[in-house]
Amino acid sequence: MHAGSVPVLKPEKEDKKEAGLLKKLLRNRLAAAGLVVILFMVIIAVFAPWIATHPPNKMDLAHTLLKPGTDGHILGTDNYGRDLFSRLVYGARISLIVGIGAVLVGGFFGTLLGLAAGFFGGKLDALIMRTMDGLFAFPFILLAIALMTVLGQGLFNVILAIGIANIPGFARIVRGQVLSVKEEEFVEVARSLGASSGRILFWHVFPNCLAPLIVYGTMNVAGAIISEAALSFLGLGVKPPTASWGSILKDGKDFLVLSPHMATFSGLAILITVLGINLFGDGLRDALDPKMKV
Amino acid sequence: MSNELLKVENLHVRFFSSSAVVNAVEGVSFSLKKKETLGIVGESGSGKSVTATALLRLIPSANGKITGGRIIFEGKDLLSLPEREMRNIRGNEISMIFQDPMASLNPVFTVGEQIMEAVRAHRKTTKKEAKKIAVEMLKLVGIPEAEKRISMYPHEFSGGMRQRVMIAIALACRPKLLIADEPTTALDVTVQAQILDLMKSLQEKIGTSIIMITHDLGVVWEMCDKVAVMYAGKIVESGDVRTIYNEPLHPYTWGLLKSQITSSVAKSEKLPAIPGSPPDLSKNMPGCPFADRCPFAQAICYSRKPEMKEIGDNHFVACHFQTRESRLKREEEAYRG
Repeated sequence: MHAGSVPVLKPEKEDKKEAGLLKKLLRNRLAAAGLVVILFMVIIAVFAPWIATHPPNKMDLAHTLLKPGTDGHILGTDNYGRDLFSRLVYGARISLIVGIGAVLVGGFFGTLLGLAAGFFGGKLDALIMRTMDGLFAFPFILLAIALMTVLGQGLFNVILAIGIANIPGFARIVRGQVLSVKEEEFVEVARSLGASSGRILFWHVFPNCLAPLIVYGTMNVAGAIISEAALSFLGLGVKPPTASWGSILKDGKDFLVLSPHMATFSGLAILITVLGINLFGDGLRDALDPKMKV
Repeated sequence: MSNELLKVENLHVRFFSSSAVVNAVEGVSFSLKKKETLGIVGESGSGKSVTATALLRLIPSANGKITGGRIIFEGKDLLSLPEREMRNIRGNEISMIFQDPMASLNPVFTVGEQIMEAVRAHRKTTKKEAKKIAVEMLKLVGIPEAEKRISMYPHEFSGGMRQRVMIAIALACRPKLLIADEPTTALDVTVQAQILDLMKSLQEKIGTSIIMITHDLGVVWEMCDKVAVMYAGKIVESGDVRTIYNEPLHPYTWGLLKSQITSSVAKSEKLPAIPGSPPDLSKNMPGCPFADRCPFAQAICYSRKPEMKEIGDNHFVACHFQTRESRLKREEEAYRG
């Protein structure tokens, strides 16, 4: 190779593939906006101690329900005098932890069940899916109430309860994908090369099921955040005085007429976050769909 | 005996549905020596692909079953082996390549990863060694810039290249037998020729025997030493390629060869086709399955199944009337008319 020769292109195909996906994704303005919102919330949650202006649980009964902008409280105070802005900032942590945690729980078990049901079929499939149908048929709130009653309050239990309620959804999605992927020719080819069923399931079938799973998981985070808010609203969520958007909303509903800032800002926080996640998830779905030409 | 690699005896494969039982393969027998190439020809539905799939015991168990016969590979009956041992044989001693190279490769893994997987499934090697073997195999099948192509994904290759990759994967463990199920049907003619040449040269290098499943008689002529003609799940004629092409004895074989486009057929002539269509394999008809399309059928053809008889040197035919006489000249008229 001398200096004058044309350099042979090094195909960085792996990077190119991911770069292509990101580009495709970001061309969608709404999805890009959603991503910004998500990143914004993540940063707030991660850096909460530095962003919050006051300790979130410090009560100040002399200064309750202050309007936004008074006395160094950016968004005012709640009915116990606690700084609303700081509580919302720390509340972001709860929402994200619950959102991601519940999806991980539901996704992990749901995926395993869906893989087993779809791949092995027969009685196992029937057993798993009928159980899933039963779980699915339960109204979420009832299920959550039942679980929380058994498990008790607390962050971990909230994650568990929402996660369990999410298992059937994941199981269904994964099972559907497995059913179609296992009929693909490369699966038969793998078998003809001596691959065992286990290897085929985890190495060949599962990776080809990831696309809808990723999209569903993303949207599910939004759902989980709302579920947490709902549970907290009902008094079933995290233990007070822990700040969570849902519990702030719950406290705020009693003061809607004269001090709407509590309910408004917590509600807005939930709204914006969920909207952002949904927009991003939509864009992700479009980007991962091989048939769509952006 | 030591030279015989594979001997299939009286293989039967059936498919079961709620309404019918289909006899996809009935009483198929053939043998294959080391380094030999056998062609199995027939039209769609003749049972040739099912035979190939049966050799590796890949018949989908949901509704299909090998109901009889023996498949003796290197002295062992494959049908008696436990599944675990069968997995050791697949991809290792016996490999298969399929028709559609577009669909045969897993889209989420690189080409190199897929070759490495085939190697590491059967050999204890490190990742580095497996990668070296993968590069070697790509070079062997004639893919340029193998070191770079190793990390590319299937969708970045053309059809012909993908088939080469498939061949690389199938031969990575140097199997003794390669079953090729219509490997060139989905490819352009020029690419076909390249792939066939590749297979021939690899056979020389590696010493594999090949079973070539195809409906293309030209491919058989190019590639195969022996040929078995299948119809309605049975072998109707088998023998050396040259012998059969020069002296086809079964009326079906004769019809097949006659319907080929060759340079000797004038442009204005109509291509002689065999009238009718293959029988319904779920109905067990007495007599020869070809009877209702055969221009020479007689009463016995409808009532008694013909057995495979050895007519010449290694030349077998299943027909009531085939002897070494030159009936063919006389019968030419029947097809021409």
